Amino acid sequence: MATGLRPARLRPSDLLRLGGYGLRSRPLRAVLSALGIAIGIAAMVSVVGISASGQAALDARLAALGTNMLTVTPGQTMFGDEATLPDEALSMIERIGPVTSATATGTVTGTPVYRTDRIPPGETGGLAVTAAQLDLLDTVNARLAGGSWLNAATARYPAVVLGAAAARRLGEVPAVYIDGRTYSVIGILEEVPLAPELDTAVLIGWDAAKSYLSFDGHATRVYTRAIESHVEAVRGVLAATANPQNPDEVDVSNPSDALIAQRAAARTFNALLLGLGAVALLVGGIGVANTMVISVLERRAEIGLRRSLGATRGQIRTQFVSESLLLSLLGGAGGVLGGGVVTFVYAGTQQWPAVVPPWAVAGGLAATLLIGAVAGLFPAIRAARLAPTEALAAA
Amino acid sequence: MRPVIELNEVTKSYPGGVHALRSVDLTVDEGELIAIVGPSGSGKSTMLNLIGTLDRPTSGTVRIDGHDVAALSDRQLSALRARRIGFVFQSFHLAPGRDAVTNVADGLLYAGLPQRERERHAEKALVRVGLGDRLKHRPHQLSGGERQRVAVARAVAGDPAVLLADEPTGNLDSASGAGVMDLLRELNTSGTTVLVITHDHEIAGSLPRQVPMLDGQVV
Repeated sequence: MATGLRPARLRPSDLLRLGGYGLRSRPLRAVLSALGIAIGIAAMVSVVGISASGQAALDARLAALGTNMLTVTPGQTMFGDEATLPDEALSMIERIGPVTSATATGTVTGTPVYRTDRIPPGETGGLAVTAAQLDLLDTVNARLAGGSWLNAATARYPAVVLGAAAARRLGEVPAVYIDGRTYSVIGILEEVPLAPELDTAVLIGWDAAKSYLSFDGHATRVYTRAIESHVEAVRGVLAATANPQNPDEVDVSNPSDALIAQRAAARTFNALLLGLGAVALLVGGIGVANTMVISVLERRAEIGLRRSLGATRGQIRTQFVSESLLLSLLGGAGGVLGGGVVTFVYAGTQQWPAVVPPWAVAGGLAATLLIGAVAGLFPAIRAARLAPTEALAAA
Repeated sequence: MRPVIELNEVTKSYPGGVHALRSVDLTVDEGELIAIVGPSGSGKSTMLNLIGTLDRPTSGTVRIDGHDVAALSDRQLSALRARRIGFVFQSFHLAPGRDAVTNVADGLLYAGLPQRERERHAEKALVRVGLGDRLKHRPHQLSGGERQRVAVARAVAGDPAVLLADEPTGNLDSASGAGVMDLLRELNTSGTTVLVITHDHEIAGSLPRQVPMLDGQVV
């Protein structure tokens, strides 16, 4: 007959009720101890979310700009002097098969730019006069903020187009003053993400630079676009093509690499923030453990009663672990929600697409459950070990 | 009559040479209403713990509803308590903030009944103890006597073989106490075996059988 005595199993719905029992009787305490978990999870989810949103924004930007632009600049000679690109560099580069377009700019040295002829010499805005070819805009993917770009006619006359930063520094002027002559401003560029050096440039036609500013005609930078799948191959031959005699004196770079590198730097910072979130989570877990220890101490009489009603040790243990899990999960859900809101708000201010990776949500909740289980286990074991007579005597 | 409780030369000692019970024999048959009476320190609470299978004897045998307690594991004892033993405590032990039905229904949680069944049984038990109009009242809205009736309802809702009441009137005024004793008598009339532990000789005297105790022995 003794073998017929088997404790009934608790249904999942009953476990949920039992777990919520202690929390509902002390709601403020439950909320406060869940808050610790919530802050930790919110910190981690928002860091991951903001990072992912930034990445999504960069991906979108790179997709729009293209990663197939390469720039060629003169490096240094083996004696450490400034090298120059050979005159035929541009035409040689244009002959590389996968290159779809190529254009050159040349820095005009020793020609400070002033707003008017009344500015004292020396007070330049750090702006460089740069000779540009007519197909520059298409190759670097630049757009005009206003006015018009140089054409075959204006490229021969004293007319300039301002880069975005140059326009800001000079203000709204109809003309600029360079080396004793007035040049009318015919257009202003938007910022050029892949060629930031154009932002501070005052662009002038190639021929005008030669005739008015004694420009030597040497290209100081060649921008090329290649077929996407051949970018690396083109990159490999670019230096030798630009300067067959001294390929070492040529620097080749892909400006989209710089943008990607910026994100990599941000990622290091993210790791630090994630670490801080983990610390917050740990502290939150300790808070939950503390709450559970106190809960068990306070509820000895309840434990005794439940044992007298027929609860097994395992069922008492399960009750307190469920309570701890529920408490942490409450915090975790709040944290995921909070982290999501932070991500959306921040991404909104940055005009990024808001992205909260599902793995971050799942990971956050999983971490929460782990913390709940660990924090609740020790107090639950203590509760289960309590002798029924002792527990009842505590009332 | 089948014996529900059988104690045979039961001894309970605690470390430090305290003998709470010394070689106690007691047999309670099905359907009995019995009082264990004695002053504090006489060993009656120890007796309740042993009969309620909350504790095990140092020596001797305890059989409840035919089961030898010594032969059962902690899990099996829990199952025995869940199905065959009902407890009523001096301090009621009701969950604050839960209405009467919930308190009684929670007593059936470990008997394995689903929620609906538990509530149905709970309502029936509350009607049985005369609280049919107090189903949704919470403990703080009930008088002491009513609270103890809720506790009695919880103890009998699962139809146990024996109802153990530990000083059930200890926290009540005499009128409420008499009401609770009447209720226990009623339950006994309808077939429940009831064992009351009390220090009050008057209450003990009102029951058909008394087991007086002193210094851990039945006298």
